[in-house]
Amino acid sequence: MGMTLAEKILARASGRDRVTPDEVVVARVDLAMSHENADLVRKSFLEIGLNQVWDPTRIAIIFDHRVPAESEKTATTHKAVREFVAAQGIPNFYDVGRGGICHQVLPENGHVRPGMLVVGTDSHTTTHGAFGAFSTGIGATEMAGVWTEGALWFKVPSTIRIEVKGSFHQWITAKDLILYIIGMLGAAGADYRAVEFDGPAIRAMSIASRMVLTNLAMEMGAKVAFTPVDEVLLDYLRPLTPQKIHRIAPDPDAHYERTIHIDVARDLPEPQIACPHSVDNVRPLSALGEVPIDQAVLGSCTNGRLEDLEVAARVVAGRVVCDRARLLVIPASQRVYLEALRLGYLETLVAAGAIINPPGCGPCVGLHQGILAARETCVSSTNRNFLGRMGSKDSRVYLASPAVVAASAIAGRLAHPASIVHEEEPCLTEG
Amino acid sequence: MEAVIQGRVYKFGDNINSDVIIPGRYLIYIDKERLGQHAFEMLGEGFGNTLRSFDILVAGRNFGCGSAREQAATAIQGLGIRAVVAASFARTFYRNAINDGLPIVECPALVAAVAEGDSIRIDLAAGKIGHAGKEYPFPQMPDSVRKILELGGLGEYLRGKLAERG
Repeated sequence: MGMTLAEKILARASGRDRVTPDEVVVARVDLAMSHENADLVRKSFLEIGLNQVWDPTRIAIIFDHRVPAESEKTATTHKAVREFVAAQGIPNFYDVGRGGICHQVLPENGHVRPGMLVVGTDSHTTTHGAFGAFSTGIGATEMAGVWTEGALWFKVPSTIRIEVKGSFHQWITAKDLILYIIGMLGAAGADYRAVEFDGPAIRAMSIASRMVLTNLAMEMGAKVAFTPVDEVLLDYLRPLTPQKIHRIAPDPDAHYERTIHIDVARDLPEPQIACPHSVDNVRPLSALGEVPIDQAVLGSCTNGRLEDLEVAARVVAGRVVCDRARLLVIPASQRVYLEALRLGYLETLVAAGAIINPPGCGPCVGLHQGILAARETCVSSTNRNFLGRMGSKDSRVYLASPAVVAASAIAGRLAHPASIVHEEEPCLTEG
Repeated sequence: MEAVIQGRVYKFGDNINSDVIIPGRYLIYIDKERLGQHAFEMLGEGFGNTLRSFDILVAGRNFGCGSAREQAATAIQGLGIRAVVAASFARTFYRNAINDGLPIVECPALVAAVAEGDSIRIDLAAGKIGHAGKEYPFPQMPDSVRKILELGGLGEYLRGKLAERG
């Protein structure tokens, strides 16, 4: 029997001809990524007792969760990591103002290629499956082990295949598709498993849109997720890396635990919203009634890329953010920021009343740059709406696509972009 | 690590996420005591202190889902909790717990049978949990992984391995 993508990559990385689900293998790591928690990794690594990491060229460190430093404690952490990076000779280090969100910076700089085994001390490391990598999140102590030995144990996951066909309705995006899937499978629906997204609707997507799927697959528990290694991906990667790019694909007779079929034209007539306080609490927008909002957040490793800023700019162009609401925009990287500046998207957004935060995770993790007060409601293009995630335990977060976030900022309530761009509705006022 | 863990259980439902276990704003801390002070505070003031009077957490499916933050396992240890039994775990929490030396057991049958305040007895070597006169077997971890847990975590395991090599 043939192998799935996850099985093929784990077989290669563990020096086997083949692996089967539920086996435990020890695999060599091709790339080990950390953000600010590199400081935690550094401390664990030094406690183990070695002075030199296994391979500095296979380590990448990107500051994104707390940029620029929001406290003296963070500033001290940043400084300690900078000194460690210099002492170890780690070349792939992206400091404040040099990178952005780790899951955007790695691919933008050609660090991830098909067939690689990537680990990161961040749960959304699954994002890099959009580049054909077996890519997953691990903890900090575990990363110290990788820095020591360059290898890690993995249980070979079984694979769920999700075949998607059809054309998207206007304003419906990859975000709506993945929220729909998470709503269907549940927060534990892909626990320990690999997910392969494929089919004509996936192959027609941009790389940025595919990254939304592999990023959010984590929210149904997936260990890794993949989109196809096709011409669209090769065209994206070729200018970024001099390295040979391996075309990998699952075997036609690979075994899947289950296969799910979705027709986006039939199944996704309208935007999907993840309601408080879990990502699998998904409803179609029209089922929600009137939901007034105080804050709208456009950004994150899920939806802070150029196409996301573009659609938001299109929705808000010539309009202003509703008096009762504030719109926060966070480009995913310096590169995205610069490109959005050049193309005028940021000018349009600022003219509408948006505030632009520096590239990074922004308020998504609830640390800074847009924390919610008690009884405030936020619509966000980010990836988690857990109780208290973005501030007060009495605040509420609705997850939606960038287009819905932008439309809602204008309307002051959860709104369909079509209701804003075509026939304008009056701005919702207090009381 | 204790071979047998006996004590009173607190029972949670499904999908307890790592943001609820320890909010993102406390991730600048790494010590057990400090993290323990803020563990589960999203569920109400003093909720963490309530948990301190229990020994073992029992939960439904997908315990520890969401963020890969290792501090979720550390914060639970900071409350004095000695083991977590769940119907299933999110994979990052599962790995972090092993690497931090926090015993974890997947045993859906026990979870269905147990109520808050009950006493249970987890025998890690024998792979069974005793509760109300009945025994609930659970599958053992692979030997290589169980060794990490038995030594008290990945740090100890790697230190030992390096010392062996000289």
